[in-house]
Order: sequence, then C-alpha cells, then structure tokens
Amino acid sequence: MNEIERLDYKIISNIIETGSNILDLGCGGGDLINYLQKTKNVRVQGIELDENEIYKCVAKGLSVFHGDIDDGLKSYPDKTFDYIILNQSLQEMIEIDYVLEESLRVGKKVIIGFPNFAYIFDRIKLFFRGRAPITKNLPYEWHDTPNIRFLSIKDFKDYCRKKKIQILDNFYLGENRKIFFLPNLFAPNAIFVVKK
Amino acid sequence: MEKKNLVNPEDKNIGIVETKYVTFDDPADQLVLESGQKFGPITLAYETYGKLNKNKTNAILIAHALSGDAHAAGYLQGDNDPGWWDNMIGPHKAFDTDKYFIICSNVIGGCKGSTGPSSVNPKTGKPFGLDFPIITVSDMVKAQKKLIDYLDIKRLLCVAGGSMGGMQVLQWAVSYPEMVASAIPIASTMKHSPQQIAFDEVGRQAVMADPAWNQGNYYGKEFPEKGLAVARMIGHITYMSDQSMEEKFSRKLKDKDYTFSFRQDFEVEGYLRYRGDSFVKRFDANSYLYITKAMDYFDVSGDKFIQWNKKYDMNFLVISFKSDWLYPSYQSREIAHQLKMKGIDVTYCEIRSTYGHDAFLLEVADETNLIRPFLEKVNSISEKSSKGLK
Repeated sequence: MNEIERLDYKIISNIIETGSNILDLGCGGGDLINYLQKTKNVRVQGIELDENEIYKCVAKGLSVFHGDIDDGLKSYPDKTFDYIILNQSLQEMIEIDYVLEESLRVGKKVIIGFPNFAYIFDRIKLFFRGRAPITKNLPYEWHDTPNIRFLSIKDFKDYCRKKKIQILDNFYLGENRKIFFLPNLFAPNAIFVVKK
Repeated sequence: MEKKNLVNPEDKNIGIVETKYVTFDDPADQLVLESGQKFGPITLAYETYGKLNKNKTNAILIAHALSGDAHAAGYLQGDNDPGWWDNMIGPHKAFDTDKYFIICSNVIGGCKGSTGPSSVNPKTGKPFGLDFPIITVSDMVKAQKKLIDYLDIKRLLCVAGGSMGGMQVLQWAVSYPEMVASAIPIASTMKHSPQQIAFDEVGRQAVMADPAWNQGNYYGKEFPEKGLAVARMIGHITYMSDQSMEEKFSRKLKDKDYTFSFRQDFEVEGYLRYRGDSFVKRFDANSYLYITKAMDYFDVSGDKFIQWNKKYDMNFLVISFKSDWLYPSYQSREIAHQLKMKGIDVTYCEIRSTYGHDAFLLEVADETNLIRPFLEKVNSISEKSSKGLK
C-alpha cells in the first residue's frame, strides 16, 4: 500500500498549485497533508473521525478537526477552499451524494482518490476463487473492512455524468507507475480532479 | 479501542513551591469592572514554575476552574497533596517546566489569597461580604493581565485551562489577542447554557437558604456550611458521568443491609457528603456565589469572540470529552468551528473518556499527547518570528 500511497501523494502534490488553501476530508494520521505541507507552500487542514488518528496528526504539528463531514463542511461559504481532498476515504462514506455535493460547493476543485474494484486481480480472486478479494488495494477481510462502497473507474465516470460533475483530470495508478492501457482493468487505484 | 500511552513514566514532580502575592495599590491601578464600577486595590496570589527565558517568550498562563487556586503544581511546604494540575505541569510533562515558564494565579473573587468577598475591605476594616462588587470572567482576566504586566511579559506563549479556566482562556483571546500566541480551552464554552446557569443557581440558592449565611455577613460567626456543602454535592454530580458513578459506586452499600432510615446507606451518598464536608473547610461560601455568577454572565459568543475585520495571530487547541454532560462537546466544537470559519488555526479533539467533566483533571495521557506537540509547534513558530524581528 505504501508505494501506491507515495505515488498518489506525488500526483496530488503535482495537481495542487502553490499557495492553495486545502481541506483534507478523512485525513487519517495526516501523512498526505504533512507531505503537502512539506513539498508545497500550501495551507492545509484535516478533518478526521478517528481519535487515535487525531493524536498522530497533532504529533506531526498539523491542524486537525475531530469530527465527521457534517462538522467539517457545514456553514462554510461556497468555494472557501481551493481544493477539497477525499483520498481513499470515499469508499468508506455512507452519504456519498451529500459529501460530494458539499465538497463541490465548498471547494473550487475536488480531488478524489479511490481503489478500483474492477482491477483485474480483484476480478480474478472473485471469479476463480469465489472469495471477496484481499489485495494490496483492498487489504481487508469482508468482516473488518472499512470499505462499504465498491466502485470501479467506470462507475465513478458514470456517476459524474449523471450528476453533471465535470471531470477536469484523471490519473490511473499501478503499484508505482501510472497506467494508461485499459485502466478500469489494470489500475488498482484512480485519482480524479472534479468540479461543478 | 486501545489508546497509546505516550507519557513518559519517569516524569518528575517540580518539588517544593511557594505561593507569592502581589498587591496593586496605586490608585491608577484600580480595575474598571465590566459592571462599570471602579475597584481596588487588589491582591493576587500566584505561583510560577520553571524559568523565564531571556526574551521572555516562553511564558504560559494556567487558568483555574471554579474551586481551584494558584497552587497548580508541586508541593507547598509541609503539604501532602500536590497542586491541582501537578500531573500536567513539571519536567517532561505536558507543560514542561524545563522549557516553559508557567504562571498560575488565583482569580479575583476567590478565597485563596486573591482579593475576594472574604478579604478585608480597607474602607471598613471588615470583610467585604456582599459589599464586594459583582465580578465577571473578563474582570478576572483584567486582573491577571496586571500580573503579566508586573512580570514584564509582553506576550504569552499560551493560555490554558479547563472549565472556568477555559472561559478565561477565551476571554484572554478576546480582551488581549495581541498578547496571546496560543490558547488551549479545555471542556469549556463560549457561554453558559440555561442548564449550566440552572445548576449554578441551585447551588447559590442552597448557600443563601442556609440561615447561617446571614446575607453574606457570617465572617467571625457560624459559617453556612450546610448550604455550601449541598451546593458542592450538586456540583460534584455534574462533574461525573452516569458511567463513572456506576463504575465507582454502583449500588454498593456502606453496611450489609438497608437501614430503612435517612442515614447514608449507599456509598455514593457517603461520598457526596464527604465531598461537601471537605469543600466547606477550604472554600468561602460568598466566593462560591460570586464566581458562579461570573461564569453565568460569561458570554463571548458570536462576534464578541472573533471579529471578522481583525487580524489574529493565534493558534488554538480545543479539547472536549465525550462523557462530559456539564460542558458537552458541542460547546467546544462550536468554539473550534467559529475559529475555523474565521481562518484561525485550530485543532479540535474530543477525547473518548468516561469520566465526565472531571476528565480534564484525569485524562492526563491523552491531554499530554495533544498539548505537548501543540506547544512545541507554537514555540517553534514563536522562536522563528522572534528571530525574524531581529
């Protein structure tokens, strides 16, 4: 998972312009915002639900807000942030429509990274072994996974079309390189930059 | 879920400390109270721990809660119990006395060495009693500011405190934002809810219903012990949680069976009576009235707190506790939210605790894990900016 994360950090850091004002929804232990703060001159803030992750963020000297998305986004004026980041957190969210709508309202652009459930190795495991796939991008057993949404790159594109969300850019990620050929089949991870 | 304990087990105590007193008796030093009344001279009791650095940039003010005092850490000569936040203040602790200069003062209106209703009124030569003026949290902070000026400190690295201490922290940010580099309000609020005012009022009524209270004029006579003890018992219930009381007492009995009387059958009854009785030995009933009223008047909500047009250079760490029903987390979250909306750097954490409001004195490991790195961050920012100034 580490290599993939590092590649997605690099990609996200490249997307973001210097001087941006960024909110990371579901920032976890703050690795990404810490990386962004170090690599780019940006103002970052995280929101995280897990108390233990908050301690990790504070230990890194980061500013975090303990709470759910509701606490994080409500009453912010439109387009407060240059970027809202939802990296590896979308698949764990219950209120997808609400979270995305609010992110698109409060952020000028939204960066979304998620594991592609249609990745060939996931398909193989499900098809040949008849078991829910446990792979590098989906490293959990069915009973203890935080993931409640299993979506593919195609699914996400369909969703954007339906909701009239504009896709500004997309990146398909292998373990340590970008994937250009049949991404829905060969890319275990995807990053989209969207706006409304 | 498991929590990691990052606190160093070899943490030391700061040893013997001494309470100091300073009196501001110049007529020019009179406080203009929030009520408009002029008041003075005033005396403040205070303690300091650690060393003030050369540039005087490492000072941290600790503000105490309702029944607290200036003695926050270490031991007073001949005393068996350390200060009220000793587990947080000392070498390698959250407020590290090897790095920072810690100041704690008793609030005006109190009864632990600072001028309060039990002090002698210089005009009459007798204790003030109800002639003491009504004071507010902003008046307490105004008095503290005199102490900080007296210590010749231009800017505090941090102001921190829990409960009423948290209110003073917020008031510092409101009254003297240029003097505060960072602030840590814990288990606190921008204003008392009607429920909080209601509990305070019940406590005050208990004191005033005691015939010995005698309109506040009881000094040298019988003390309104019963009333103040009841007030403290009510208070103490609100400091715990349903779960912490269940864990501590359940329905345990003091003896084997019910006595079928109004004696103390249940352990929790005995505990509350003990708490009430020990409180009256160390606290003045009139101070209780004045300080609870000050808390009820406190209100820095809305634009009184952070104004849109002002530029603030402050960092906030806001902490609350999950089982605190006296100062519920939503009030702390609102503080953090207001700060965030106005572009002020803020970290907010709701610590998972079953101790209720008392958690701010008990959840030492978790608070330390937040406060220590937070102070390191603001200290390095302040060092950078002080170098930049040169």
